[in-house]
Amino acid sequence: MNQIAFPGLNEREQERLKAAIQDGLPLCPQPWLRLANDLGLSEAQVMHQVQLWTQEGMIKRMGLVVRHHALGYRANAMVVWNVPEDAVDALGERLRQSPYVNLCYRRRRQLPDWPYNLYCMIHGKDRAAVKAQIQELILTQQLQAYPHAILFSNQQFKQTGGHYARCAH
Amino acid sequence: MVTSLARRLLDRYQKGLPVCSRPYAVMAAELGVTESELLDCLLHLQQDRVITRVGPVFDHHKAGASTLAALAVPPERLKAIADYVSHFDGVNHNYAREHDFNLWFVVTAGDQDALQNTLKRIETETQMPMLVLPMEKGYHIDLGFKLAWSEDAR
Repeated sequence: MNQIAFPGLNEREQERLKAAIQDGLPLCPQPWLRLANDLGLSEAQVMHQVQLWTQEGMIKRMGLVVRHHALGYRANAMVVWNVPEDAVDALGERLRQSPYVNLCYRRRRQLPDWPYNLYCMIHGKDRAAVKAQIQELILTQQLQAYPHAILFSNQQFKQTGGHYARCAH
Repeated sequence: MVTSLARRLLDRYQKGLPVCSRPYAVMAAELGVTESELLDCLLHLQQDRVITRVGPVFDHHKAGASTLAALAVPPERLKAIADYVSHFDGVNHNYAREHDFNLWFVVTAGDQDALQNTLKRIETETQMPMLVLPMEKGYHIDLGFKLAWSEDAR
Protein backbone atom coordinates (compact mmCIF):
# COMPACT_ATOMS: atom_id res chain seq x y z
CA MET A 1 0.00 0.00 0.00
CA ASN A 2 1.56 3.25 -1.09
CA GLN A 3 -1.46 5.30 -0.25
CA ILE A 4 -0.82 7.94 2.35
CA ALA A 5 -3.24 7.66 5.22
CA PHE A 6 -3.11 11.32 6.21
CA PRO A 7 -3.75 14.61 4.42
CA GLY A 8 -0.84 16.59 2.97
CA LEU A 9 -0.16 20.09 4.27
CA ASN A 10 -1.82 23.07 2.66
CA GLU A 11 0.26 26.08 1.69
CA ARG A 12 -0.30 27.92 4.94
CA GLU A 13 0.65 24.88 7.00
CA GLN A 14 3.76 24.44 4.88
CA GLU A 15 4.82 28.03 5.54
CA ARG A 16 4.27 27.58 9.26
CA LEU A 17 6.32 24.39 9.28
CA LYS A 18 9.11 26.08 7.34
CA ALA A 19 9.12 28.93 9.85
CA ALA A 20 9.23 26.45 12.72
CA ILE A 21 12.27 24.50 11.46
CA GLN A 22 14.39 27.15 9.72
CA ASP A 23 16.21 27.96 12.96
CA GLY A 24 16.69 24.29 13.83
CA LEU A 25 14.92 21.30 15.34
CA PRO A 26 14.12 21.03 19.03
CA LEU A 27 16.77 19.03 20.88
CA CYS A 28 14.42 16.61 22.59
CA PRO A 29 13.82 12.88 21.99
CA GLN A 30 10.88 13.38 19.61
CA PRO A 31 11.53 16.65 17.80
CA TRP A 32 8.96 16.09 15.03
CA LEU A 33 6.24 15.27 17.53
CA ARG A 34 7.05 18.44 19.47
CA LEU A 35 6.87 20.51 16.27
CA ALA A 36 3.65 18.79 15.20
CA ASN A 37 2.01 19.50 18.55
CA ASP A 38 3.04 23.16 18.38
CA LEU A 39 1.53 23.43 14.89
CA GLY A 40 -1.61 21.39 15.49
CA LEU A 41 -0.51 18.73 12.99
CA SER A 42 0.37 15.06 13.30
CA GLU A 43 3.94 13.81 13.58
CA ALA A 44 3.44 11.72 10.42
CA GLN A 45 2.25 14.75 8.43
CA VAL A 46 5.25 16.80 9.49
CA MET A 47 7.80 14.07 8.73
CA HIS A 48 6.16 13.36 5.38
CA GLN A 49 6.35 17.02 4.36
CA VAL A 50 10.02 17.22 5.35
CA GLN A 51 10.75 14.07 3.33
CA LEU A 52 8.95 15.58 0.35
CA TRP A 53 10.98 18.79 0.62
CA THR A 54 14.15 16.72 0.76
CA GLN A 55 13.16 14.75 -2.36
CA GLU A 56 12.28 17.97 -4.20
CA GLY A 57 15.61 19.55 -3.29
CA MET A 58 13.95 22.31 -1.31
CA ILE A 59 15.93 20.96 1.64
CA LYS A 60 19.51 20.45 0.51
CA ARG A 61 20.74 18.68 3.61
CA MET A 62 19.67 17.97 7.14
CA GLY A 63 22.05 17.83 10.03
CA LEU A 64 24.50 19.81 12.16
CA VAL A 65 25.13 23.26 10.69
CA VAL A 66 28.67 24.21 11.61
CA ARG A 67 30.05 27.64 12.45
CA HIS A 68 33.41 27.02 10.84
CA HIS A 69 34.91 30.00 12.56
CA ALA A 70 34.46 28.32 15.95
CA LEU A 71 36.44 25.28 14.76
CA GLY A 72 39.46 27.30 13.75
CA TYR A 73 38.45 28.03 10.17
CA ARG A 74 39.41 31.67 10.46
CA ALA A 75 40.72 32.19 6.95
CA ASN A 76 37.66 32.50 4.75
CA ALA A 77 38.35 33.85 1.29
CA MET A 78 35.82 34.90 -1.28
CA VAL A 79 37.61 34.89 -4.63
CA VAL A 80 35.87 36.63 -7.50
CA TRP A 81 36.73 36.66 -11.19
CA ASN A 82 35.54 38.65 -14.16
CA VAL A 83 35.00 35.97 -16.80
CA PRO A 84 33.37 36.44 -20.23
CA GLU A 85 29.84 35.05 -20.40
CA ASP A 86 30.72 32.40 -22.95
CA ALA A 87 33.44 30.94 -20.73
CA VAL A 88 32.00 31.24 -17.25
CA ASP A 89 29.87 28.08 -17.05
CA ALA A 90 32.64 25.76 -18.24
CA LEU A 91 35.01 27.34 -15.75
CA GLY A 92 32.50 27.03 -12.90
CA GLU A 93 32.05 23.36 -13.67
CA ARG A 94 35.83 22.88 -13.49
CA LEU A 95 36.37 24.93 -10.34
CA ARG A 96 33.76 22.98 -8.42
CA GLN A 97 35.93 19.89 -8.78
CA SER A 98 38.68 21.43 -6.69
CA PRO A 99 38.84 20.01 -3.18
CA TYR A 100 39.55 23.52 -1.84
CA VAL A 101 36.40 25.08 -3.22
CA ASN A 102 33.42 24.87 -0.85
CA LEU A 103 31.10 27.13 -2.81
CA CYS A 104 31.19 28.10 -6.45
CA TYR A 105 28.59 30.12 -8.29
CA ARG A 106 27.88 32.82 -10.83
CA ARG A 107 26.33 36.13 -9.80
CA ARG A 108 25.09 39.18 -11.64
CA ARG A 109 27.68 41.92 -12.15
CA GLN A 110 27.01 45.46 -10.97
CA LEU A 111 28.89 47.75 -13.33
CA PRO A 112 30.94 49.82 -13.03
CA ASP A 113 31.63 49.11 -9.34
CA TRP A 114 31.65 45.33 -9.46
CA PRO A 115 32.72 43.63 -12.69
CA TYR A 116 33.04 40.13 -11.16
CA ASN A 117 30.67 37.30 -12.01
CA LEU A 118 32.35 34.04 -10.88
CA TYR A 119 32.71 33.32 -7.15
CA CYS A 120 34.58 30.71 -5.13
CA MET A 121 34.60 30.39 -1.36
CA ILE A 122 37.58 28.77 0.28
CA HIS A 123 37.55 28.01 4.01
CA GLY A 124 40.88 27.34 5.69
CA LYS A 125 42.57 27.63 9.05
CA ASP A 126 45.55 29.62 7.87
CA ARG A 127 45.61 32.60 5.53
CA ALA A 128 48.95 31.75 3.93
CA ALA A 129 47.71 28.25 3.10
CA VAL A 130 44.50 29.61 1.59
CA LYS A 131 46.48 32.08 -0.52
CA ALA A 132 48.66 29.23 -1.78
CA GLN A 133 45.54 27.22 -2.67
CA ILE A 134 44.17 30.18 -4.62
CA GLN A 135 47.45 30.53 -6.54
CA GLU A 136 47.40 26.83 -7.31
CA LEU A 137 43.80 27.13 -8.53
CA ILE A 138 44.72 30.04 -10.78
CA LEU A 139 47.62 28.11 -12.30
CA THR A 140 45.95 24.73 -12.74
CA GLN A 141 42.72 26.18 -14.13
CA GLN A 142 44.48 28.77 -16.33
CA LEU A 143 42.71 31.70 -14.75
CA GLN A 144 45.61 34.13 -15.18
CA ALA A 145 43.87 36.05 -17.93
CA TYR A 146 40.85 36.98 -15.86
CA PRO A 147 40.91 39.92 -13.42
CA HIS A 148 40.23 38.75 -9.89
CA ALA A 149 39.96 39.96 -6.32
CA ILE A 150 40.44 38.09 -3.05
CA LEU A 151 38.30 39.21 -0.12
CA PHE A 152 39.19 37.63 3.21
CA SER A 153 36.58 37.93 5.92
CA ASN A 154 37.87 39.41 9.14
CA GLN A 155 34.79 39.58 11.31
CA GLN A 156 31.57 37.63 11.54
CA PHE A 157 28.53 39.57 12.70
CA LYS A 158 25.76 37.05 12.08
CA GLN A 159 25.22 33.49 10.89
CA THR A 160 21.78 31.87 11.07
CA GLY A 161 19.47 29.90 8.80
CA GLY A 162 17.68 31.68 5.96
CA HIS A 163 14.22 32.98 6.77
CA TYR A 164 11.97 32.11 3.85
CA ALA A 165 8.57 31.66 5.44
CA ARG A 166 6.02 34.12 4.09
CA CYS A 167 4.94 35.76 7.35
CA ALA A 168 2.33 33.05 7.97
CA HIS A 169 0.88 32.77 11.45
CA MET B 1 36.89 21.73 23.76
CA VAL B 2 35.37 19.56 21.09
CA THR B 3 34.93 16.10 22.59
CA SER B 4 35.55 12.90 20.70
CA LEU B 5 31.79 12.27 20.46
CA ALA B 6 31.31 15.79 19.11
CA ARG B 7 33.94 15.18 16.44
CA ARG B 8 32.29 11.96 15.38
CA LEU B 9 28.92 13.68 15.26
CA LEU B 10 30.33 16.51 13.14
CA ASP B 11 32.04 14.02 10.83
CA ARG B 12 28.96 11.87 10.38
CA TYR B 13 25.94 14.14 10.65
CA GLN B 14 26.43 17.41 8.81
CA LYS B 15 24.04 15.71 6.42
CA GLY B 16 21.83 12.66 6.52
CA LEU B 17 20.10 13.29 9.83
CA PRO B 18 17.36 10.65 9.78
CA VAL B 19 13.77 11.85 9.48
CA CYS B 20 12.04 9.48 11.90
CA SER B 21 10.27 9.66 15.21
CA ARG B 22 13.41 9.29 17.36
CA PRO B 23 16.25 10.61 15.16
CA TYR B 24 18.63 11.25 18.03
CA ALA B 25 18.18 7.68 19.29
CA VAL B 26 19.04 6.36 15.81
CA MET B 27 22.14 8.56 15.66
CA ALA B 28 23.13 7.56 19.20
CA ALA B 29 22.85 3.87 18.34
CA GLU B 30 25.07 4.35 15.32
CA LEU B 31 27.72 6.15 17.37
CA GLY B 32 27.45 3.76 20.32
CA VAL B 33 26.17 6.17 22.95
CA THR B 34 22.82 6.77 24.65
CA GLU B 35 20.19 9.13 23.31
CA SER B 36 20.64 11.45 26.29
CA GLU B 37 24.43 11.55 25.85
CA LEU B 38 23.90 12.49 22.24
CA LEU B 39 21.36 15.20 23.06
CA ASP B 40 23.72 16.58 25.73
CA CYS B 41 26.51 16.73 23.18
CA LEU B 42 24.31 18.59 20.67
CA LEU B 43 23.17 21.04 23.35
CA HIS B 44 26.78 21.76 24.28
CA LEU B 45 27.82 22.25 20.66
CA GLN B 46 24.95 24.69 20.26
CA GLN B 47 25.69 26.53 23.53
CA ASP B 48 29.39 26.78 22.62
CA ARG B 49 28.30 28.09 19.22
CA VAL B 50 30.22 25.42 17.32
CA ILE B 51 26.98 24.70 15.49
CA THR B 52 24.27 27.23 14.76
CA ARG B 53 21.54 24.61 14.73
CA VAL B 54 20.55 21.04 14.00
CA GLY B 55 18.15 20.94 11.11
CA PRO B 56 17.52 21.63 7.47
CA VAL B 57 19.53 23.78 5.09
CA PHE B 58 17.08 25.12 2.53
CA ASP B 59 17.87 25.72 -1.11
CA HIS B 60 17.88 29.50 -1.46
CA HIS B 61 16.23 29.42 -4.86
CA LYS B 62 13.55 26.88 -4.16
CA ALA B 63 12.71 28.10 -0.66
CA GLY B 64 12.15 31.76 -1.52
CA ALA B 65 14.14 34.75 -2.62
CA SER B 66 17.67 35.62 -1.56
CA THR B 67 20.68 37.62 -2.63
CA LEU B 68 24.18 38.52 -1.63
CA ALA B 69 24.70 42.23 -1.03
CA ALA B 70 27.52 44.49 0.11
CA LEU B 71 28.01 47.99 1.47
CA ALA B 72 31.05 50.27 1.40
CA VAL B 73 31.15 51.56 4.96
CA PRO B 74 33.63 53.95 6.59
CA PRO B 75 35.67 51.75 8.98
CA GLU B 76 34.69 53.74 12.05
CA ARG B 77 31.01 53.10 11.35
CA LEU B 78 31.36 49.42 10.44
CA LYS B 79 30.15 47.95 13.73
CA ALA B 80 27.11 50.23 13.94
CA ILE B 81 26.08 49.60 10.34
CA ALA B 82 26.72 45.86 10.72
CA ASP B 83 24.43 45.78 13.76
CA TYR B 84 21.75 47.65 11.83
CA VAL B 85 21.99 45.20 8.92
CA SER B 86 21.99 42.18 11.28
CA HIS B 87 18.81 43.31 13.00
CA PHE B 88 16.74 42.34 9.94
CA ASP B 89 15.23 38.92 10.42
CA GLY B 90 15.95 37.97 6.81
CA VAL B 91 19.67 38.74 7.02
CA ASN B 92 21.21 35.37 7.78
CA HIS B 93 24.92 35.91 7.08
CA ASN B 94 26.77 39.14 7.74
CA TYR B 95 30.55 39.45 7.49
CA ALA B 96 33.24 42.09 7.28
CA ARG B 97 35.61 41.55 4.36
CA GLU B 98 38.83 43.29 3.40
CA HIS B 99 37.80 45.51 0.48
CA ASP B 100 36.29 48.96 -0.16
CA PHE B 101 33.02 47.06 -0.09
CA ASN B 102 33.66 45.87 3.41
CA LEU B 103 30.31 44.61 4.73
CA TRP B 104 28.88 41.52 3.02
CA PHE B 105 25.55 39.97 3.85
CA VAL B 106 22.93 37.56 2.55
CA VAL B 107 19.29 38.64 2.62
CA THR B 108 16.56 35.99 2.49
CA ALA B 109 12.81 36.48 2.17
CA GLY B 110 9.61 34.66 1.32
CA ASP B 111 9.38 36.34 -2.08
CA GLN B 112 11.03 38.96 -4.34
CA ASP B 113 8.87 41.83 -3.08
CA ALA B 114 9.85 41.28 0.52
CA LEU B 115 13.49 40.89 -0.52
CA GLN B 116 13.55 44.15 -2.50
CA ASN B 117 11.79 45.88 0.36
CA THR B 118 14.50 44.92 2.85
CA LEU B 119 17.28 45.94 0.44
CA LYS B 120 15.61 49.29 -0.18
CA ARG B 121 15.33 49.95 3.55
CA ILE B 122 19.01 49.15 4.10
CA GLU B 123 20.08 51.39 1.23
CA THR B 124 17.85 54.27 2.33
CA GLU B 125 18.73 54.04 5.99
CA THR B 126 22.51 53.67 5.58
CA GLN B 127 23.01 55.96 2.53
CA MET B 128 26.06 53.83 1.66
CA PRO B 129 27.08 52.59 -1.79
CA MET B 130 25.46 49.15 -2.13
CA LEU B 131 26.01 46.14 -4.35
CA VAL B 132 23.14 43.71 -4.96
CA LEU B 133 24.48 40.50 -6.46
CA PRO B 134 21.82 37.84 -7.00
CA MET B 135 22.95 34.35 -7.88
CA GLU B 136 22.49 33.37 -11.50
CA LYS B 137 23.77 29.83 -11.31
CA GLY B 138 25.15 27.53 -8.61
CA TYR B 139 27.94 25.17 -9.64
CA HIS B 140 28.71 23.79 -6.21
CA ILE B 141 27.19 24.76 -2.90
CA ASP B 142 28.11 22.60 0.05
CA LEU B 143 29.21 23.93 3.38
CA GLY B 144 28.78 20.50 4.92
CA PHE B 145 32.34 19.62 3.98
CA LYS B 146 34.57 17.23 5.85
CA LEU B 147 36.34 18.98 8.69
CA ALA B 148 40.08 18.78 9.22
CA TRP B 149 40.78 18.10 12.90
CA SER B 150 43.90 19.13 14.68
CA GLU B 151 44.66 19.28 18.39
CA ASP B 152 44.46 23.05 18.46
CA ALA B 153 41.14 23.11 16.64
CA ARG B 154 38.79 25.13 18.73
